[in-house]
Amino acid sequence: MAGSVEANAVGAVDRAVCVEWLQRVGDNALILGHRVSEWCGHAPALEEDIALANQALDLIGQCQLWLGLAAEVEGKGRTADQIAYLRDAGAFRNLLLVERPNGDFGQTLIRQFLFDAFHIALLRALTESSDPRVAGIAAKAVKEVAYHLERSADLVVRLGDGTAESHDRMQKALDLLFPYTGEMFTDDATDRAMAEAGIAPLPSRLKPEWDRTVADVLEEATLTQPGQVWQHGVKGQGGKTGVHSEYLGFILAEMQFLQRAYPGATW
Amino acid sequence: MQSATHPDLAEVWRWLSEVPDPEIPVISLTDLGIVRDVAWEGETLVVTVTPTYSGCPATTIINLDIETALHDRGVEKVRLERRLSPPWTSDWLTVEGREKLRAYGIAPPIDGTAPDGRLAGRISRLAGTSNLVIACPRCGSTHTERLSQAGSTPCKASWRCKDCLEPFDYFKCI
Repeated sequence: MAGSVEANAVGAVDRAVCVEWLQRVGDNALILGHRVSEWCGHAPALEEDIALANQALDLIGQCQLWLGLAAEVEGKGRTADQIAYLRDAGAFRNLLLVERPNGDFGQTLIRQFLFDAFHIALLRALTESSDPRVAGIAAKAVKEVAYHLERSADLVVRLGDGTAESHDRMQKALDLLFPYTGEMFTDDATDRAMAEAGIAPLPSRLKPEWDRTVADVLEEATLTQPGQVWQHGVKGQGGKTGVHSEYLGFILAEMQFLQRAYPGATW
Repeated sequence: MQSATHPDLAEVWRWLSEVPDPEIPVISLTDLGIVRDVAWEGETLVVTVTPTYSGCPATTIINLDIETALHDRGVEKVRLERRLSPPWTSDWLTVEGREKLRAYGIAPPIDGTAPDGRLAGRISRLAGTSNLVIACPRCGSTHTERLSQAGSTPCKASWRCKDCLEPFDYFKCI
């Protein structure tokens, strides 16, 4: 590999592998950020509307940093915007969970909580990355995600241990979305190369911390963990490798409309 | 040409201390603690800025405001550098900045109270209120409650005073 990046640990790993991995991290933030932003103006209460919009902003801001670094490592003159707006669905690397539709508020919150608990474990590990740029972005993002997790956990407990109706909806959302969590913790060749270079943790290493957080919150929420259920996307055929559900295309149709209709448009 | 023609750096800091934050104009960019360094590189004035929240929409406006303020003072070449590490923290708000916030009706952050995402002990505390004690910036009462973790900008939460009954913003600790 080119030696010009020796100051950064990404020099120790194949450049394309590193870009692939950065897109996974960045695309999770981008697609979930877009999904959450869909609530803007539609949330059940003004405070929730504002909270969701702010959280979407955090995620899209984090995506800008990750995809900006992907563009820098790639070294082909692309920008974060070009990576976000000019790829088709098969080139996206986000988890299937984050492209799931918003559904009712219960589904939105369960999706958020299951992701936040993973996101914070990942970012915490990344603050120790051998690459200072990765560690720097993670150190910034982890503080924002601590707020996301605090909020989603609080609301899962409040609605899970709430009325019969809210409990029922939260349990249904959990049963629906739990089969999309296995994909977070699968290790493939990209993950192993990044772990060997000391840039990122193996995803499977994050599972014990996630299990603990999820178990604690679900117990407090009086919700039943679905247990060992069949999981989507864990055999190398999931969002991490570009095999997406039908939902992603619709997200991109809206998100990328402007750049597709007016190529190269800038603010 | 030579450094003697450059405005003094202390003077530059003074100019920047007069540039208001676009979202909370009662405090300046230096009160917010986001200007981390100012230095001359030849004829170019390099201003190093650490952004607040990753997605704060004010970031681009802030950069534009810094450039405009310096151009207005006759500095022709300005370069802005973004510094991510160490990440911005509300601990960097100046003492004067905190008092300006309070006088404006925004409760300043209480250092050291940012969540770290470790939920033990937090999940058992519910009912919508936090264990933080935030004094109402209007009447000073500590009989207050949190309405929402989010507020009118990414950096603020919504609170309410149970004595004077006024809602107010709390500048979150991060």
